Amino acid sequence: MKNAIGVEIPEYIEGLGKLEPFQGVWSSIIEDEVPVTNISRTLKAKKPHASKLCKNLEEAIKKCKPFDGMTLTCHHHLRGGDGVLMQTIKILDEMGIKDITLASSSLTSAHDGLVSYLEKGMITRIFTSGIRGALGDAISVGKLKYPAVIHSHGGRVRDFLTGRIKPDLSVLAASAADEEGNATGAHGPSAFGSMGYADIDARYSRNVIIVTDNLVDYPCIPSTIRQHFIDYVVKVDSIGDATKIASGTTRITNSPMDLRIARIAATVIEHSGLFKNGMSFQVGAGGASLAVAKFLREDMKRKEIIGSFMIGGVTSYGVDMLNEGLFHSIFDVQSFDAAVSTSVLNNPNHIEISCDQYANPNNCGSMTNKLDVVVLGALEVDVDFNVNVITGASGEIRGASGGHSDTASGANLTVVVCPAFRGRLPIVKDRVHTVVTPGESVDVIVTERGVCVNPSKPNLAAALKKAGLKVVDIRDLKEEVECMTGVPAEKQLGDKIVALVEYRDGTIIDVIYNVENLS
Amino acid sequence: MTPKFKAQAGTFESSDIMILIEPLEKDSGRKVDISSTVMLQFEKDIKKTIDQVLDKLQIQDLHLIAKDKGALTQTIEARVETAVKRSLGIQEGTM
Repeated sequence: MKNAIGVEIPEYIEGLGKLEPFQGVWSSIIEDEVPVTNISRTLKAKKPHASKLCKNLEEAIKKCKPFDGMTLTCHHHLRGGDGVLMQTIKILDEMGIKDITLASSSLTSAHDGLVSYLEKGMITRIFTSGIRGALGDAISVGKLKYPAVIHSHGGRVRDFLTGRIKPDLSVLAASAADEEGNATGAHGPSAFGSMGYADIDARYSRNVIIVTDNLVDYPCIPSTIRQHFIDYVVKVDSIGDATKIASGTTRITNSPMDLRIARIAATVIEHSGLFKNGMSFQVGAGGASLAVAKFLREDMKRKEIIGSFMIGGVTSYGVDMLNEGLFHSIFDVQSFDAAVSTSVLNNPNHIEISCDQYANPNNCGSMTNKLDVVVLGALEVDVDFNVNVITGASGEIRGASGGHSDTASGANLTVVVCPAFRGRLPIVKDRVHTVVTPGESVDVIVTERGVCVNPSKPNLAAALKKAGLKVVDIRDLKEEVECMTGVPAEKQLGDKIVALVEYRDGTIIDVIYNVENLS
Repeated sequence: MTPKFKAQAGTFESSDIMILIEPLEKDSGRKVDISSTVMLQFEKDIKKTIDQVLDKLQIQDLHLIAKDKGALTQTIEARVETAVKRSLGIQEGTM
């Protein structure tokens, strides 16, 4: 069956079950009541003064009675520095547990070591919002038994609540925790900031283990994860390396190209009609996206605009803007550099939120639905404004869906920033290799060679033209770029589905086929 | 013409191409090795561009190594031409 953007979606996939094709950004969401079943969490009782402390992670995992075919979840707040997931997998493997479904909120370079566990069938299913590096390559060539499922951050919460993902064991890293499992990421030697993703795992998993390298006296304050959700607590030597959360501190790019694109994007925002007191704003942490914040900061000061809130992956740059009074508050689901944790801890206007509150499409309070402006990156865009952030130039899985489609669907203005071409590869395609965010929810694509406005927003296009911006038809831009770069040869694709891209409502927006040769 | 010296042009920067040339014995023809970050998409194009410049300059008997990081056609042409002229000893400049 074909979905709303013309992708052939299989009705059923072995190991994953029946699939629903994507029908449109809001078509499955019926106001007030969403036609999906929610499952309740497991209730568990404990006797008074029973200790949750285990002498090591192995003992804690054993007490949770792991079994073949179980679902394991972890969080990725330590990003490239995570040390807990690999420890857990190694222990489960040594215990002989097989056929594991891994549902980590995202997977990073710290998880390259998972490849050998895929190869021997110890891990057979993966649900996650991002896959990179060697793991991405391994899945792209078909080393995972069943197709990986890529969901958005909000989609992950929905997957937990509907039982699509049923966590049997969650092993959650915390930079500080007490003997009852009250836990935080906001302080301690390995502080990583918000625990917004882990919060969901703690609430919906059958067994929850808190792993910390900083066991503090009871009670651990403040605590994001609360003790009444926690089964066991383990003190380990290290939960990982918090300095690898961001590669270095999050600095504004020096690349003239990125700065140029960011300057144009900030001008787009300024003339969008949304640039006024009370504006809410989200920006990514990479390259041109974060640089937009630099110019927006200058524009806000110049025009004396005070925003309402910033949200999402929070950088120390965002924290500086909060401290300067340019925004009233930050809602933080994930901190993009370790320095942010101090602000989470000390600034009452820097508010840690769960991923449920951030982006779950099936609740009545998603922060993404309150967004005015979001600035997002792209690996590729197409003439229908669809955005790919998951597959690279060779068709390999190498990125993250993250909150891309969540924020795009909710924001009044979705701005995608990208260069017109990158290392000779044109960014604008007839059709992106993989659609993560549908064009229906993208308003403006900003490149150094011009701004493309979604034809559904003629008033916005007129306003931007009036402001002196170079507004171009996306098809013309594509042609102009291909005159310089040449037309790239088509990718050689296999016929095996290696991953499914789930839209935030749980329908399938695209499928990823295996690649035969990775260059 | 036949190259006299080993020569190079270009950098390993993104969007550039590094061209290395070494002379070969007479009548051994052209040996061209290409590696590129966009091999999958532009291998033919890169090869064609290099050949065209070598044809235009009427160069034979050389081993040319191209390490491409996504250079545009014009960049490739300029780098090959410069490397060839350096290998002939007719180009002022480094190397």
